Amino acid sequence: MKQSDFLKVVLPFKDKVFRLAKRLLVSNEEAEDATQELLFKLWKSKEKIASYKNVEAFAMTMTKNYCYDRLKSKQASNLTLVHSNYKENETSLDKKLEYQDSVNQVHVLIEKLPEQQKIIIQLRDIEEYDFEEICKMVDMKPTAVRVALSRARKKIREQLTKNHNYGVS
Amino acid sequence: MELANIEELVEKYLDATTTLQEEATLKNYFTGGNVAIHLQEYTYLFNYFAIAKEEQFKKTIKLAPKKTKKRNLTWFSAAASVALLVSIFFGKQQYDKHEQRKEAQRIYVQVSKGLALLSSNLKKGEQAVAVLYTYENTINKILK
Repeated sequence: MKQSDFLKVVLPFKDKVFRLAKRLLVSNEEAEDATQELLFKLWKSKEKIASYKNVEAFAMTMTKNYCYDRLKSKQASNLTLVHSNYKENETSLDKKLEYQDSVNQVHVLIEKLPEQQKIIIQLRDIEEYDFEEICKMVDMKPTAVRVALSRARKKIREQLTKNHNYGVS
Repeated sequence: MELANIEELVEKYLDATTTLQEEATLKNYFTGGNVAIHLQEYTYLFNYFAIAKEEQFKKTIKLAPKKTKKRNLTWFSAAASVALLVSIFFGKQQYDKHEQRKEAQRIYVQVSKGLALLSSNLKKGEQAVAVLYTYENTINKILK
């Protein structure tokens, strides 16, 4: 597989990899690094890729696993930093203003979901994959995926309605 | 699309039983304006999904970032080995010089010790000779 062939395979979904990484890692830079690293990993195993039917699904699974690892090591190495970040979210005036912004508040609400639900929302509602693909990517049964997705959607809806009724937005 | 239909789809959406096609219908409805007031909050949701899908990875893809690092490392080791050789060479020269100087000093000390011994012994001999002279002088005085 030549470099140009590889790029042809990879380019259609590199943005999806980036967006999933950003959904999980939050920071733009980390997501960029993760994407770069993943594409490089794919390039290294290009011989294997050639035989895969669905490289995209494989790449998304890799992204998910890679981000999980990153998150784990981050939590292990600087727990205090994570904590202070969280605190800032709660108190900073900027964040509150942002929260009031009607569309951005959806972003904040998704950020507060458990990781698994974040991934599934990302894959289904933003990237619009069908259930079969999502099941493969997250290695879950279809019913489990549906339950998690339903929970996530309901949770977001509930919060949005709450804010809406209080006249926050 | 009729409102009742949309409401039904929204319920299905929340239960995660909608198909991709039905979800596309919802997306169209909620991002197109003209949304019923009691469903207003869904516009935020679907607008956000649409915006979030726009985000792109803008950096150029590097496929060989590790190689350059490795090459740098080999250059480093080559440079280090050359530096080591040179320093050993000059160090050896310096050390030899130092050793020579030390040897010379040792010899100097030994020689000067020997000379000192010699000169002190010579002095003793001279004194003895001087005694002999005085002895001879007194004898001459007496004999005269």
